[in-house]
Amino acid sequence: MPTIVVEVMPKAELLDPAGKAVAGALGRLGKSEFTAVRIGKRFELTVDGEVTDAVLAEARALADDMLSNAVIEDVVSVTVAPAESAA
Amino acid sequence: MRIGVVTFPGSLDDRDAQRAIRLAGGEPVALWHGTHDLEGVEAIVLPGGFSYGDYLRCGAIAARSPIMAEVIDAANAGVPVLGICNGFQILVEAHLLPGGLIRNDHGDFICRDQVLRVENNETAWTNGFDVGQEITVPLKNGEGGFIADDETLKRLEGEGQVAFRYVGVNPNGSLDDIAGLTNERGNVVGLMPHPEHASEAGFGPDTRVAMRSGTDGLTFFTSVLQHAMATA
Repeated sequence: MPTIVVEVMPKAELLDPAGKAVAGALGRLGKSEFTAVRIGKRFELTVDGEVTDAVLAEARALADDMLSNAVIEDVVSVTVAPAESAA
Repeated sequence: MRIGVVTFPGSLDDRDAQRAIRLAGGEPVALWHGTHDLEGVEAIVLPGGFSYGDYLRCGAIAARSPIMAEVIDAANAGVPVLGICNGFQILVEAHLLPGGLIRNDHGDFICRDQVLRVENNETAWTNGFDVGQEITVPLKNGEGGFIADDETLKRLEGEGQVAFRYVGVNPNGSLDDIAGLTNERGNVVGLMPHPEHASEAGFGPDTRVAMRSGTDGLTFFTSVLQHAMATA
């Protein structure tokens, strides 16, 4: 079944303590080529049937209303995942 | 006065809130998230805990529970609603209070007796306090950092919607040391610290008088009883 992928990130201007903690660990591991880490979310919505424009619009609305909180997060993308090749 | 306490999956302090209501002289009514029935209560408490394991965002899934449709309608009609900790997060996610609550800036869960300054005593839940009064209630959260955009923050400060501010230590990086808010009407109040845990001597924060004797939180619940009498 087709999948719609929604990606959400904490707003760039906000402190991301979780990302900062990971960045701190990278520093302690000597991975100095990576200077910052930000952690976001990826939602995979499995669709029953075809991804029509209406379904995609519904997913976009859901991304804005529920999957993200506009006060603290941005919806980065809402995309249809490429169909997996049959096994 | 019958005061409802909504239990969500993952609520922890629902019975503590019921107990505080009883100690204040009210009648607690247990309400269930999955219904559309407020059972005719005259005020509502959204208790602390970790509803839905804080999945998605703290309070986000609970804010979309069946009973929240009725809670939102009641709040908009002027019924007093108090959100404590996770309940505050639910109020914010339900857009009954502005801004957002994010992970503490230092990254740690924090549990301490917290001093707060009362900034607004004209709400349904704070009328028994004096403005500027300092109270001590327990605080326990990992995601209590209050944020809002500059415009919202200015409005909150300008309209007197900051109900409580942290004193001494800002435990989570909240902007302007904000610990709790009220809506414009003053019937909806949300705060991260837990007044219900400071409502009975012997079980509250330490005071200069005696260990665990702090009962500053009880005033939230006596305030709403007073509010009901004043508006009856």
